Amino acid sequence: MTKVLHEKFRGQTKEQLLKLYYDMLLIRRLEEKSGQLYGMGKIAGFCHLYIGQEAVVTGVQTFVKEGDSIITGYRDHGHMLACGMDAKGVLAELMGRMDGLSKGKGGSMHMFSREKGFYGGHGIVGAQASLGAGLALAHQYANDGGMVFAYFGDGAANQGQVYEAYNMASLWKLPVLYIIENNQYSMGTAVNRHSCTKNFYTRGQGFNIPGALVNGMDLFDVQAATEKAVNHIRSGMGPYILEFETYRYKGHSMSDPGKYRTKDEVESYRLNNDPLSNCERDLLDHKICTEDDLKAIEKEVKDLLKEAIDFCDASPEPGEHELYTDVLIEG
Amino acid sequence: MPIMTVREALRDAMAEEMRQDSKVFVMGEEVAQYQGAYKVTQGLLEEFGPSRVVDTPITEYGFAGVGVGAAFKGLKPIVEFMTFNFSMQAIDHIINSAAKTLYMSGGQMTCPIVFRGPNGVASRVGAQHSQCFASWYSHCPGIKVVAPYSAADAKGLLKSAIRDPNPVVFLENELMYGRSFDVPDEKDFIVPIGKAAVLKEGSDATVVAFSLPVGKALEAADALQQEGVSVEVIDLRTIRPLDIETILTSVRKTNRLVTVEEGWPQSGVGAEIAAQVMEQAFDFLDAPVERVTGKDVPLPYAGNLERLAIPQVDDIMNAIRKVTYR
Repeated sequence: MTKVLHEKFRGQTKEQLLKLYYDMLLIRRLEEKSGQLYGMGKIAGFCHLYIGQEAVVTGVQTFVKEGDSIITGYRDHGHMLACGMDAKGVLAELMGRMDGLSKGKGGSMHMFSREKGFYGGHGIVGAQASLGAGLALAHQYANDGGMVFAYFGDGAANQGQVYEAYNMASLWKLPVLYIIENNQYSMGTAVNRHSCTKNFYTRGQGFNIPGALVNGMDLFDVQAATEKAVNHIRSGMGPYILEFETYRYKGHSMSDPGKYRTKDEVESYRLNNDPLSNCERDLLDHKICTEDDLKAIEKEVKDLLKEAIDFCDASPEPGEHELYTDVLIEG
Repeated sequence: MPIMTVREALRDAMAEEMRQDSKVFVMGEEVAQYQGAYKVTQGLLEEFGPSRVVDTPITEYGFAGVGVGAAFKGLKPIVEFMTFNFSMQAIDHIINSAAKTLYMSGGQMTCPIVFRGPNGVASRVGAQHSQCFASWYSHCPGIKVVAPYSAADAKGLLKSAIRDPNPVVFLENELMYGRSFDVPDEKDFIVPIGKAAVLKEGSDATVVAFSLPVGKALEAADALQQEGVSVEVIDLRTIRPLDIETILTSVRKTNRLVTVEEGWPQSGVGAEIAAQVMEQAFDFLDAPVERVTGKDVPLPYAGNLERLAIPQVDDIMNAIRKVTYR
């Protein structure tokens, strides 16, 4: 395996780079499929799609080591895939089936994997900031060398508990990276209408938490910034904040009328600053791979999702006895 | 049998569990250097050090979330609220994060955590520091709610709560901390969660209470004994899961029921017990169930009004007279 020399690729091999592209594409296609399944009535309730933000989680997750912990909010399908959780289990959960990651009892916003270190999937905006600090406390308590990747959005960045968590995380030097995915809208309210200041990465200053603003539409910018932040945290220096400027193409959830922004705005991101297109261009321009390589990945993702959906269609709804299981651990 | 205060019993329960299991730690406001706002954690910092006895800033929402996150990862936090009034800031994490996640994860994510601290009415501290949260927390599936009266139960139930793999809300009472009781000297004394105790047997009426009002119920029962009324007193000890069988067994014998709590009447613990007894023992009741509760007002400061607002021995005696038609 030859390492690619251009500095933006940080010495990653062709295989590693194509795997990143695969991860982003899988998120994009699974989310598109989720949107379709929602339209067909196979997915219900709240369903928040991650399309447009794929470079953030894919780039950040490059630096997760075995034993680390990941936690996020309700726009979580991409994070689960990036943690290596099974697409079949994710889709089956979205469809409310027994083979879903939560046996159909959690839904879009509530999936978990102890094995992959993924601690949800939380529907209360900002909860993951405190919970993430708690996971970090557990890493510190066990002295296991692990750290926490806690993701939240620009909307959550105004929640009071985020700052309570910042205070404790910095006071106790907890190993936690706070990743703010600023997709420009808190549901339907633009950043300039919900925040007295922008630049959420500077809001750790009062707590002595360093931060950085990063282009979240460029996978390799995401990686470069994350590497620096993760080195800081793993060296025992406490928390770090990364704010990624990104953009969500779809509505806040499936019921979003989209009246708060123009179609032109969305199209301009799609055409000029799409994270997948940006990655393709980088890989092709630097002759890391060919169009055929990318087409093969596209086919691989397509086949995987077709198999996953067939699997979900065949999966039963949870048995009625499941209504009363998992409320408490008995005995 | 040695005599100890509720305060010492709670401290010993935590210390014993912390000695046995290195995953158990305590966190909250003033739990370490100050030795506990009510001195319940006295001596723990000296024995276990600052990584296991953690002073937090005054940020209940945040530190409750930190505790829950640590519990998701396998630690067994004891989160102390200086009083349960302040847990209203944290109730989101107690219910949404701690109580619901096992279910939402299809049984994957456990949350072995204890939220403990004084609950209910103290003395002359006004409305924001004087509320009973038993009915609030016992409304919710996914958690257990415990409210001991005696020091022995405080110790045995807190040890059970710490060992329980589920989230437990452990409601103490400030006025009980200094009261002394016999506590068994057994090495591993445990009281199981979910079992009420019949503290006094009787045949004419049943009184069900929990926490501090149990003492008032016993006083009322003793006083009525002089009048020839035989009262059975049940200490609930656990509010959720509710030991309805012990209540039903008693009601089938006495045919009369009085419930006592400091909380407000609407949707209260007494309301729930009355409903379940109506559903399951309607034909055994010879009188409507009487509820003795806190009055339906925020707790007043003035001494005379405070006395009027919370259940007194006389109120319990009057309720017993009413259900026994005396």
